[in-house]
Amino acid sequence: MKKNWWKILSFLLLAYTIIAGFLLDVPHLPILNETIRNLYFHVCMWFGMMILFSISFVYSINYLRGFNYRNDIFATNFAAVGSLFGILGYLTGVLWVNVTWITDQNQSLGSVLKEPKLIGAAIALLIYGAYFVLRGSFNDIDKRARISAVYNIFAFAMLFPSIWIIPRIVGSLHPGSPGSDSGNPALDKKDLDDAMRIVFYPAVIGWTLLGVWIATIKIRIDIIKNKNIINE
Amino acid sequence: MNKLFILFSGLFFSMRVNAQNNVEMADVMRSNGKIYTVVAVCLTILIGLFIYVFTIDRKVSRLEKENSTK
Repeated sequence: MKKNWWKILSFLLLAYTIIAGFLLDVPHLPILNETIRNLYFHVCMWFGMMILFSISFVYSINYLRGFNYRNDIFATNFAAVGSLFGILGYLTGVLWVNVTWITDQNQSLGSVLKEPKLIGAAIALLIYGAYFVLRGSFNDIDKRARISAVYNIFAFAMLFPSIWIIPRIVGSLHPGSPGSDSGNPALDKKDLDDAMRIVFYPAVIGWTLLGVWIATIKIRIDIIKNKNIINE
Repeated sequence: MNKLFILFSGLFFSMRVNAQNNVEMADVMRSNGKIYTVVAVCLTILIGLFIYVFTIDRKVSRLEKENSTK
């Protein structure tokens, strides 16, 4: 039980996120209205995804350093849960777009589809999708692990440019683009209300820990399955 | 028959009076636009999810034990 404290912490943080996230007062802004609370859910999916992909990236490097098959299992499963979070982020974003940009901000569907952050996130998710296609196309375990580890490093190198840097350069409907008055939302002192900060950061940690928990379960199953080829 | 009718109509009437008087008795779930109901629903889902993940975790632990003793 001592090793499981972070699983309980994850539950407590998420319970806090739901209770405080729905009940505490939030800034009253036009167009956003109460949907500003999506920050605790939609945005946390993306933050969790980035953290999980980063963990996967580290394990891929570790795999290439010693060719320990264990690291390959870790890298794949963290990437898998990261992709799940990304897909959930996308789906929740679709709901949010409907009631803010499209209906209340009178954006045309065309301008929403041209939104660089949506395209960037789609590219990033597709790159990670190709990672799993690549893995599935090898029969040789060693070759699969090596090539997919190298690919994972390239995929990670594309992740931040496509979801952060390019949208910031070309302008985006998301906060933080040139033209809007926000600099670095979520992190900058002046762009996120302090009342939201006390829920947002615990929420990010809670969702990420849940992702890590699911990933570790998948990893343990894979380790049991491949017991004969893992040399410890 | 008539008495029963009077009794039921009396009950019905008293209920309507209650509704008109808008009696709220410690009704947390209906306050503030029923937002507490949303919170309760989400918490239920969260608790259910965590119990589910926890049982999977336990199952894998058991599998690990069986595998290591073999």
